[in-house]
Amino acid sequence: MFWDPKIEKLSREKLEKLQLERLKKTLQYVFSRSPFYKKRFTEKKFRPSMVKSLDGLARVPFTYIDDLRKNYPYGLLAVDKSETVRLHTSSGTTGKPKAIFFTRDDIGRGADLIARCLVMTGVTKKDVLQNMMSYGLFTGGLVMHYGAEKVGALVIPAGIGNTDRQLMLMQDFGTTSIHITPSYALYIADVFEKKGLDPRKELKLKRAYMGAEPHSEETRRKIESAFGIDVYNSYGLSEMNGPGVAFECQYKDGMHLWEDHFIMEIIDPVTGRQLPPGQEGELVLTTLCRVGMPILRYRTKDITRIITAPCRCGRTHRRIARITGRSDDMFIIKGVNIFPQQIERVLMGIKGVARNYLIQLESYDELIVKVEIQKRSFDGSVDHMAGLKAEIEGKLRAELLVRPKIELHEPGSLPVSEGKAKRVIDNRKL
Amino acid sequence: MKTVRQLSIFAENKVGKIETLTKVFADNKINILAFNITSMGDFGVIKFVLDKPEEASKLLKKDGHAVSVKDILAIEMNDRPGGMYEVAKILGQNSVNIENAYVLVPKARDKALLLVEVTKINEALKALEGKI
Repeated sequence: MFWDPKIEKLSREKLEKLQLERLKKTLQYVFSRSPFYKKRFTEKKFRPSMVKSLDGLARVPFTYIDDLRKNYPYGLLAVDKSETVRLHTSSGTTGKPKAIFFTRDDIGRGADLIARCLVMTGVTKKDVLQNMMSYGLFTGGLVMHYGAEKVGALVIPAGIGNTDRQLMLMQDFGTTSIHITPSYALYIADVFEKKGLDPRKELKLKRAYMGAEPHSEETRRKIESAFGIDVYNSYGLSEMNGPGVAFECQYKDGMHLWEDHFIMEIIDPVTGRQLPPGQEGELVLTTLCRVGMPILRYRTKDITRIITAPCRCGRTHRRIARITGRSDDMFIIKGVNIFPQQIERVLMGIKGVARNYLIQLESYDELIVKVEIQKRSFDGSVDHMAGLKAEIEGKLRAELLVRPKIELHEPGSLPVSEGKAKRVIDNRKL
Repeated sequence: MKTVRQLSIFAENKVGKIETLTKVFADNKINILAFNITSMGDFGVIKFVLDKPEEASKLLKKDGHAVSVKDILAIEMNDRPGGMYEVAKILGQNSVNIENAYVLVPKARDKALLLVEVTKINEALKALEGKI
């Protein structure tokens, strides 16, 4: 199913021509309208006329997360404040948030991209979509909401938390689709289990859109089998509209990134150089259609790669692979780079391990992985528990090349968050 | 020869765990007949023989504990030298491995029951039948 078949199946040649056209226009536009880019271009001795082909994009200066913070709140705005109709912010761990402004047309375009995403995974106006993301300053709520309304689905703006009410809404209104974070989906699966209910029988659920947190293929499969549904991976960030930047199609093999709205590059996060297609590195995005607040060559810090092979679904927009980490949530133990997702991938593949875990960093060489055991696989045997511990240690060591210390914990004893789960606790004083 | 139900509970090695479990028993008037702890450092398994095992298991599961119920042997020991040897010999000859063992002293206090957790309980029962 296609929302906008003409653009979704546009030939690569035409798509790239369209990208270049829009890029040139955006460069001229921000140079004349955005105080931040006018200054940045001048400092870096860059002129929009220097870009004559898509390869020329590499000459455009990067925009960093810090640029958004330092120029908070209006520095990157390219229109008069009266033209903006919505503000979203993205929180940082330190200092000021990032302020993102939308004009009325920007909101319409964001909704259009969500509509493409939903329709390609089978949503129609007959569907009921329960949006279990936080409404408010976070984009996950409203941006998805507008897109789902555009498709004509019934949208339940449930927001996050209040799990009993979520379950009631799902049962009473026959929710077919949910938009949810992976940690909350796992939490809800646990709630069903505790109540002794089978969500596959209790709900009419067909699909879930999962975003906002990195997760592994194993986590996806766990959620798919717990609910008996299809889970589609979604990628977005507030700076680029929020959800809808890249989404999986029915084949669930990488996320189509809408290249008529964004140009993607993969770069080496250290040198800033573009990497050849297919290689893993930091994703850099440039908006092509934004009017209120265009952003050029934005350093997302998300680590992924471009899948260049054409997709069976017929869309020409290339896919990005699952995000394997953030260039800044990577940690180093005994000189080895480790991403939390590597640990999650291993844990979720081991039988007898529950869904909750915690990574604790104690010193330069001490990595503690706290794992909850699964209630129903406990058979009373101390030997089996010791074996489980050894299996976790062995498999993690093989993956990470560092020997972690494993702690087995009682079911339900590790902290669960109903929003973005905090999985890494760094107690090191470095 | 008879068997008794044993509850095994997974426990992190932390202060207050036994207190939490035994409070459930006390509050529900469940009597502890015997218990045993196997510690593996940061975690362990606590085993209880109780007068109301099914009820206790249900209550503990409701509270979120990992609980497993299993039948184990309860062997009346002869109170004389060689009593335990006889039991161990028979089980060994029948390739039944003893995984864990502890003792229950019934109310009368004149004899003791040896509680034995084995791999193959049916074979053990058959082997011991009429001999102990």
